[in-house]
Amino acid sequence: MNSGIDLQGTFIQSLSDFGISAELAKVLWMPFPMLLMIIGATVGVLVNVWLERKISAAVQQRIGPEYAGPLGVLQPVADGLKLVFKEDITPANADPILFTVGPILVVLPVFISYLIVPFGQNLVITNVNTGVFLWIALSSVVPIGLLMSGYASNNKYSLIGGLRAAAQSISYEIPLALSVLAIVLMSNSLSTIDIVHQQSGYGILSWNIWRQPVGFVIFWIAALAECERLPFDLPEAEEELVAGYQTEYSGMKFALFYIASYVNLVLSALLVAILYLGGWSSPVPIELISNVLGVDPTTSWVQVVDASLGITMTVLKAYFLVFLAILTRWTVPRVRIDQLLNLGWKFLLPISLANLLITAALKLAFPNAFGG
Amino acid sequence: MEIAEGVRLVTFGILSVMMLGAALGVVLFANIVYSAFLLGGVFISMAGIYILLNADFVSAAQILVYVGAVNVLILFAIMLVNKREDFKPMKNAWIRQGSTAVVCAGLFALLSSVSIVTPWKISTTMPLTSTVVPIAKHFFTDFLLPFELASVLLLMSMIGAIVLARRDFMPDSAIVGTSTQDSLTLPERPRELVGIEK
Repeated sequence: MNSGIDLQGTFIQSLSDFGISAELAKVLWMPFPMLLMIIGATVGVLVNVWLERKISAAVQQRIGPEYAGPLGVLQPVADGLKLVFKEDITPANADPILFTVGPILVVLPVFISYLIVPFGQNLVITNVNTGVFLWIALSSVVPIGLLMSGYASNNKYSLIGGLRAAAQSISYEIPLALSVLAIVLMSNSLSTIDIVHQQSGYGILSWNIWRQPVGFVIFWIAALAECERLPFDLPEAEEELVAGYQTEYSGMKFALFYIASYVNLVLSALLVAILYLGGWSSPVPIELISNVLGVDPTTSWVQVVDASLGITMTVLKAYFLVFLAILTRWTVPRVRIDQLLNLGWKFLLPISLANLLITAALKLAFPNAFGG
Repeated sequence: MEIAEGVRLVTFGILSVMMLGAALGVVLFANIVYSAFLLGGVFISMAGIYILLNADFVSAAQILVYVGAVNVLILFAIMLVNKREDFKPMKNAWIRQGSTAVVCAGLFALLSSVSIVTPWKISTTMPLTSTVVPIAKHFFTDFLLPFELASVLLLMSMIGAIVLARRDFMPDSAIVGTSTQDSLTLPERPRELVGIEK
């Protein structure tokens, strides 16, 4: 198993040759992947907004944005610029500090979670040992920001929206964590890199989706609920609550909620791709292709192709899931709050527990197929 | 290792100031909602200190359990109750405040003298690369009984909460005279307490 290209190692090595200490070189290296990831996530939001507009238009047999750039690709940029130039209003009776801190608390954990998303063997900010567990922990901070902005707005719709968001996110965190636990059980590690490695080998056949079909469905439903996407967008149900916790927000503070929800959607899609669809590995293993073509997989141009193919594969899988989410949003009606909580507590929770137990039993019975 | 040491020291300073400031805020703010939010800040700074101590799993668990569950539940309780009450100023309030201050200062002096006097052993072993497996081994060997007892305790409290929260609501057709009913509550069937039949 070759380790692929190691940009960090090369960077540190080349700076050390100039006489800079290895430690300082590492400090100089650190901002690059972080900046790249933040830019990537933000561009992902723009793509997502455009996709949402185009796909919703296609679902409703309209054309959608057309005049801003070719096929309307500049429409999300125009949306963003509009939000930048809008007046930033704080309602007179709102709590100004909590009103400002709320949206920040919603955005921060989502962006920090990109720490653990790998696009290749070495194409990750850090390979944290606690990996997916860190993501689950960070995503549980978001409801505090929602409660905070709901309370600070001093508006009954906002408060109800914030409370609904927190209730929903607490109830769906448990099936989400249990289905992740089944995956962790199979790959003996919480690290996202190890989870992807455990799925490589036989290409598409070794992906976790075949071994964890129930877990995949549970994870995807719970992730949609965590992202507050329709059919689970009760916290901002516009017919009942105006816009939920966002009602009083305008300008960039509103944009922070908007960005957070889309970044969270892309993040969930990326994690589904990593946990269930083999991450950066392609449907046909790259070693097989290079063997058939008779190329040594350790030559540098093969590794560059391998790395770019890995990034493309991860993004493709993630955006396929984003497409599914958008299609769901424009096809399915919203559930009621009692249906939502019933689904979470009485259906998903027992099934995910059973899934975990069955996975453990299968792991003991067939250690070869289920990661001994 | 100069840069790493420096970063660690500065981070420790920032985290300590954050934690102490937030903790003081929890105690001193008159507004209970501010206190609850600052409690989240205390928990997060504690998670940061756990990371400095190389306990990555414990720190993530701290965020998940204390910030994501306990603090959210506290906020929930505060926002659902939302009771505004004007308290009458008490006579001789300074006696209480003064005695509280004396007790707190005494406790602080005691704890700080203990922490200064005690000869702390500084471990020289290399930090573990992965803390999850050793924690799990301890849970299933020498800490098995406390672990199981804690889970039984949680199960008991869960069942208790379900018993308290379960109510039988009357169907719409059974309600005849709703005029005496409080308009904002659902009609509820009278229910005998669970534990005291026979």
